[in-house]
Amino acid sequence: MTTGNIQLLSDTLAKARAENRAALIAYLPAGFPTVDGGIAAIKAVFDGGADVVEVGLPHSDPVLDGPVIQTADDIALRGGVKIADVMRTVREAHEATGKPVLVMTYWNPIDRYGIERFTEELAAAGGAGCILPDLPVQESAVWREHADKHGLATVFVVAPSSKDERLATITAAGSGFVYAASLMGVTGTRESVGESAADLVRRTRATSELPVCVGLGVSNSTQAREVAAFADGVIVGSAFVKRILDADGDEAAGLTAVRELAAELAEGVRRVS
Amino acid sequence: MSSEFFIPDPDGQVPTPEGYFGAFGGKFIPEALVAAVDEVAVEYEKAKADPEFARELNDLMVNYTGRPSALTEVPRFAEHAGGARIFLKREDLNHTGSHKINNVLGQALLTKRMGKTRVIAETGAGQHGVATATACALFGLDCTIYMGEVDTQRQALNVARMRMLGAEVVAVKSGSRTLKDAINEAFRDWVANVDRTHYLFGTVAGPHPFPAMVRDFHRVIGVEARRQILERAGRLPDAAIACVGGGSNAIGLFHAFVPDADVRLIGCEPAGHGVETGEHAATLTAGEPGILHGSRSYVLQDEEGQITEPYSISAGLDYPGIGPEHAYLKDSGRGEYRAVTDDAAMQALRLLSRTEGIIPAIESAHALAGALEVGKELGKDALLLVNLSGRGDKDMDTAARYFGLYDGEGSK
Repeated sequence: MTTGNIQLLSDTLAKARAENRAALIAYLPAGFPTVDGGIAAIKAVFDGGADVVEVGLPHSDPVLDGPVIQTADDIALRGGVKIADVMRTVREAHEATGKPVLVMTYWNPIDRYGIERFTEELAAAGGAGCILPDLPVQESAVWREHADKHGLATVFVVAPSSKDERLATITAAGSGFVYAASLMGVTGTRESVGESAADLVRRTRATSELPVCVGLGVSNSTQAREVAAFADGVIVGSAFVKRILDADGDEAAGLTAVRELAAELAEGVRRVS
Repeated sequence: MSSEFFIPDPDGQVPTPEGYFGAFGGKFIPEALVAAVDEVAVEYEKAKADPEFARELNDLMVNYTGRPSALTEVPRFAEHAGGARIFLKREDLNHTGSHKINNVLGQALLTKRMGKTRVIAETGAGQHGVATATACALFGLDCTIYMGEVDTQRQALNVARMRMLGAEVVAVKSGSRTLKDAINEAFRDWVANVDRTHYLFGTVAGPHPFPAMVRDFHRVIGVEARRQILERAGRLPDAAIACVGGGSNAIGLFHAFVPDADVRLIGCEPAGHGVETGEHAATLTAGEPGILHGSRSYVLQDEEGQITEPYSISAGLDYPGIGPEHAYLKDSGRGEYRAVTDDAAMQALRLLSRTEGIIPAIESAHALAGALEVGKELGKDALLLVNLSGRGDKDMDTAARYFGLYDGEGSK
């Protein structure tokens, strides 16, 4: 049995911490703008300086995503993206770079596909774990059993509204890292990162040794630097997707744009304090 | 006659404390909503135990909604149903024109108790949106209604009613631009504005406690109807029949009859152009278990868990999910679900209009069409109870086009 790359994920985050910087974690949906185009975009993002990539498994009903990622999911689904394509994306992105690659998706596709089948295939593809934002910890026991068996991390999301007691429950069940939502809202770029983020990171750290990475709203190097001052990782999604949408079908221009954004953000996460 | 209209489930067997009806239900929500959903659950438990809440809600149900709603026998309509006796539970006579007001008033009172000042809601046909806008006007709450763009067009009258009542109506342009997408957008709003906002969910789906709480606010339908039909017909009906989209009017009618093993509980799902065409919203007939909008139930989906786009002529039933308690009733065999086509529903709509002078909502017409079938199956001694969940004024444009009622158009 192949084992997933949870250890590679932990090592990567530990290495960034040892370098006294935050890790840069990028999100891009599989199948966007095409399956091969999506794989090329992930390689470009790694090439620009991302430490970890989350591959989105597009869903018909992305209730936690803003208009940018909704549009990308629509394009990917209309292009006919399947779970097999997501697995190929993970495999090729990981094999080409040796870097940790996670999957982020809603719960129904995995529930329907079969938990054992999904975790087995993801581990075989070299995946490092999963982020499942609509699978709350109290419904996650069966998933975690399979993920653990296959060496995959279960990254839970915490929010500014999470009470301390609940943070402890969530971090005790999670592995890899903790995804701290910087603000109350859906994905999308924002002018500023909420002040609640630093407080949430502090409260989360009080419950666990896991790295705490901050996402939602971060789109430029100034924000990345701000967040890097208090978090172990900076997660950026919509800003990458938007660069590809703005390239309007020019694949080379899209790849250049995401590589440049990754380089700019990678600069930002190298903490200046 | 009892003066109590808020009648929470006295049985309490389902759901479990985690919100499960057998294998269905639960709470599949993002972490950002956990605190808010828990707050609703805690506040609802407190409200149930508070005589003042019951007093306020009962007062509204009598003096604002106009409860109890009438039970009307429809003999001329029943002549087309194999001679069965048919009684209609007249939820169409409630203030705002449908059963939706029962749940809305309960949750609006709860909103006040939680100290929230803004309400959001989804709507399909606009009946839940109108009822919500009405309660917000009554209680002085800010109100935003999400409605699929397709539905804002086919239910334009209800859009105007909501705006007249002071609500903001947002036309949702994503996905199939119908009820499912309106719910997605309402969830996105709720995540961002949860501090001051209550999501006044309109059906018996969604995360726990919504399926049980919304059911409790609608239980009055079946409790009243059971008492009324015993008085009028001298016995319990052979079947209680209701349309099901998300399932709120149906669970409201069915619930009081669940312990009456001889009363068949029959839900009528929208078959659209026919289940075999793929253009339908018959979730229990053609769906598979899955997760949509916060709970596990039957869902119309493909092999990889993508939700498939539903279709029904009725905006209120055009939904690829179903409340988890219906999934539980189906799997346990206590409930029966059958699919009714657009055409059968529209014919039943016209038949009731012309034989009884009652124009039903297209949603409710699915239950009427089901009753015509069940009556023929059971024969002339049958006694049927049908929930007339809403009135058809909002559907006149759709009906006029369907039957060619505008000048210069042919008849269908």
